[in-house]
Amino acid sequence: MSERAQTASAQRSSGGLLATAARYGIWVVLAALLLTLPRIFSSSFTFTMLSLMGISIIFALSYNMLLGQTGMLSFGHAVYYGLGGFLVVHAMNTVTKYSLPIPLPLMPLVGGVAGLFFGVVFGSVSTRRGGTAFAMISLGLGELVASSALILRSFFGGEEGITTNRTKLLRIFDWNFGSQIQIYYLIAFWCLVCVIAMYALTRTPFGRMCNAVRENFERAEFVGYNSQLVRFFAFCLSGFFAGIAGGLAAINFEIVNSGYVGAEQSGSVLLAAYIGGIGFFGGPIIGAILVTWLQVMLSDITEVWQLYFGLLFVGMVMFAPFGISGLLMMHAPLWRARVLWRLVPAYLLALAAGLVMLTGASLVIEMAYHLSTKAADGPMMSFMRVAFSVHSLLPWLMAAVLLIGGYFFFRSSWPYVEGAWHDALMKARERGSAV
Amino acid sequence: MSAIELSGVTKNFGPTEIIRGVDLSVRDGERHAMIGPNGAGKSTLFNLISGRLTPTAGAIRLKGEEITGLRPYEINRRGLSRSFQVTNIFPRLSVWENVRCAVLWSMGYKYSFWHNVDSLADVAERTESILRQINLLERRHFSAGVLTYAEQRALEIGITVGGGAEIILLDEPTAGMSVAEAEHAVALIRKLSEGRTLLIIEHDMSVVFNLADRISVLVYGKVIASDEPAKIKANQAVQEAYLGVAA
Repeated sequence: MSERAQTASAQRSSGGLLATAARYGIWVVLAALLLTLPRIFSSSFTFTMLSLMGISIIFALSYNMLLGQTGMLSFGHAVYYGLGGFLVVHAMNTVTKYSLPIPLPLMPLVGGVAGLFFGVVFGSVSTRRGGTAFAMISLGLGELVASSALILRSFFGGEEGITTNRTKLLRIFDWNFGSQIQIYYLIAFWCLVCVIAMYALTRTPFGRMCNAVRENFERAEFVGYNSQLVRFFAFCLSGFFAGIAGGLAAINFEIVNSGYVGAEQSGSVLLAAYIGGIGFFGGPIIGAILVTWLQVMLSDITEVWQLYFGLLFVGMVMFAPFGISGLLMMHAPLWRARVLWRLVPAYLLALAAGLVMLTGASLVIEMAYHLSTKAADGPMMSFMRVAFSVHSLLPWLMAAVLLIGGYFFFRSSWPYVEGAWHDALMKARERGSAV
Repeated sequence: MSAIELSGVTKNFGPTEIIRGVDLSVRDGERHAMIGPNGAGKSTLFNLISGRLTPTAGAIRLKGEEITGLRPYEINRRGLSRSFQVTNIFPRLSVWENVRCAVLWSMGYKYSFWHNVDSLADVAERTESILRQINLLERRHFSAGVLTYAEQRALEIGITVGGGAEIILLDEPTAGMSVAEAEHAVALIRKLSEGRTLLIIEHDMSVVFNLADRISVLVYGKVIASDEPAKIKANQAVQEAYLGVAA
């Protein structure tokens, strides 16, 4: 081989290496992040929160295999999550009872297989039709399983559910998984594996045909694909990953009850996926992290946190239907053209206006809640550490001023945001960026 | 053997008979045009052949094999592919992905979830060659939904021929196009149907007589003539029913 040819081939292989590094780099970074997170935030509260987020990420991504990838709106996805959880608890109790040599880290697979099995069973009925029919059937199946959970007591344990002890299984590396940090690592491991697997799935011929079926199921049939079968496969695989998530939840809480399969759980995953954005693979990850954080943090701050949560959802549907990831991606071209900073002043202005409006709204909500359900505690309440009486006029006036004033402030700030966008786009085009 | 053979095919929608006993034979390798006045049932006939609709009675054979009542994907896998009168693409997928979707099954990747679709060299090669032929290679990264009408029509044809089917059905591929665009489309169709069997619905008579080896005339759900262009032109019944009696 001549010298030149050798250099060329060396360049090629280093180019290949770079491409490989770029392709797998993100997963290595993610793995490193998951390993270091508990060292940065080392409170047991954070471990719990991170564990919940990990479970939620797997569940939300599995849900998006249906909604975002294949265009199937399911109202009963908790069925596969919950049944996965129940099967894992039963498996753990069986393994403990007979001292079988199966360690805890493999248990989520039992949940996955359970999710897959019920995905096959229920999916064979529900995926015959897409669209509204599928949504209705998923709702019906969800209710069916949720009510069965209260009736079939021997399997579901009725109201109180079924408990287990995760420390009684075969030990490996002397980990008994009693502490939350060990559970965090277990969940982080499965989360990473599932995220990679689900991402890889979107890059396969099957994953692409899911998108095709979502876009135009009829046309897919005229290029050789059975859309019903595509929906069915997507449904089964989605059930598999939901089952893993449910299994991890069962391990994390050491208890499963009828709530696992219920409508609230199904609704919560829909919200997480939608708020994060169903149009991008990473959207549900963002949504799962945010919604878990809100569920934990907001419920500490206010008792009516679900109301705020609902308002957030309605707001997203109305003003940002592509979710948070959609909003982020909208800014990507500006970021690449290095003009994103031009939006900052206008965004800060709108944010300030939004916060004033939100404070007003929140004050109204909290006072109304206090009046309606806490009348027995007397008229005194506190909001943002300021104590006042809900029977006096001033706080109501304040709230009205903040809410209405904030609204008009926000509306008048909007032209600045639009103007800043226009300027940034112009600047980007000047620099020859394709935006 | 005929590529497509219809015998006694009827289709009722409720009490209304739309297709009233059609016998039709499309020979292997020919370009066959289907003409007829609006509402004659041409598109319905396409829907019956391609499996979108099931005939009320009669039999449809593809290369001698009965396909009556089969699902669209089963018929497609037997070597028949069709386009639609109203553009029927994957609007939010890129132009590249639109054609690639049409290529995947025929290249044997089916429901594979163990191949990385972006590293399939044979698929990429076929997709690229089709995009080049329909002149959309430059636009491959765009969403199909933002293409111009003529480009979408070209993409529609690209998706139709992507799977390499031997028998191609085109439903008014030049409808709504300007004269220049239509001429371009006809040249494209001529090229792409080389060595295949083509059945085409077309309203533009200059296109029909220019392109077709044989022509069938469908009037009120019945084929009243099926012959070479010159003989169709001379056919008394056709003139009366469709072309208008020459003055």
